[in-house]
Amino acid sequence: MSDEQAPRPRRLRFGFAGLPLVAFLALGAFLLHGLYLAPEEIPSALIGTTAPEFALPPIEGRPPGLATADLAGGVSLVNVFASWCITCRQEHPLLMRLMEEDVVTVHGLNYKDEPAAALGWLKRFGDPYDRVGADRNGRVGIDWGVYGVPESFLVDARGRIVCKHIGAISAHDLESKLLPAIRAAKAGEAVEC
Amino acid sequence: MLRVLTVLAALLLGALPAAGQTTPEVPLADAGLEARALALHREIRCLVCQNQSIAESNAELARDLRRLVRERLTAGDSDDEVTAYLVARYGDWVLLKPPFRAATALIWLAPILLLLLGGGLVVLWYRRGRRDAAAPEALAADERARLERLLSDGDAGA
Repeated sequence: MSDEQAPRPRRLRFGFAGLPLVAFLALGAFLLHGLYLAPEEIPSALIGTTAPEFALPPIEGRPPGLATADLAGGVSLVNVFASWCITCRQEHPLLMRLMEEDVVTVHGLNYKDEPAAALGWLKRFGDPYDRVGADRNGRVGIDWGVYGVPESFLVDARGRIVCKHIGAISAHDLESKLLPAIRAAKAGEAVEC
Repeated sequence: MLRVLTVLAALLLGALPAAGQTTPEVPLADAGLEARALALHREIRCLVCQNQSIAESNAELARDLRRLVRERLTAGDSDDEVTAYLVARYGDWVLLKPPFRAATALIWLAPILLLLLGGGLVVLWYRRGRRDAAAPEALAADERARLERLLSDGDAGA
């Protein structure tokens, strides 16, 4: 009987006692969300801007080189690669397929590589590139905001960077992200990526 | 023994800075410029090892960026121009201290908001504690009856 008086203050006290639980759940929700983020993928500052001004010589013995002017006039995929880059081998067959099936023009940016090693690599795994610029000191890479190899940039017919892929392109990335982007860019539509 | 340890420690400390560098970095001859370069290095985030500045990181890209900062300063850039140059290529991400913008407002304001929230709760809690202590709950009719019964029982027993 005397218990009937108690519930009012007890309920108020429970409001405070429940606070750590609520805070913990909120923190847990944030951390759970964090598990599915990819902090190693830094969003590019160059999306929607014109490709940086540059002119690179070819890898010695494999002309032609690559310059900004080459990127205007058609949709192209600029692929940053190096013979010392192991994950580049993983995406290489897909780049070969893009070239063989004439899906999109693929240009190469050979990042900090020895010419002989780069030539040997292209001979061994195949050469999917239309033009390749040799970026021996990595300075053009910095202009493109490159911070790891491989990276790939989709450039539209007006020479603007419309999409960037960080890391090796997987078959899934190609199907779900790059191919739709390439199709949209070719149709002159806005690219979402 | 102590001398041996001192020598060993000196050797180890001397070897540490050299370990991460493959080619030596040339500091700028102008001491003022070099000081500005080193200060900038500490503010620019390494893109490879994400929570280090390029001054701390021994990644190759960090070394390239350190060299780039020195080049820009030598070419006559101001500190802000150097950071703008890097932000244009890598975004705000490259700065260890993000600028105050609509998108980053929460990062900057969160400590103040949390302090206000926590402080508010403490004040609220404290006030209620005092109010509860000052005004004890009145007894219900049946409780008062029971209390009187107990008191009268006590009188009878004594």
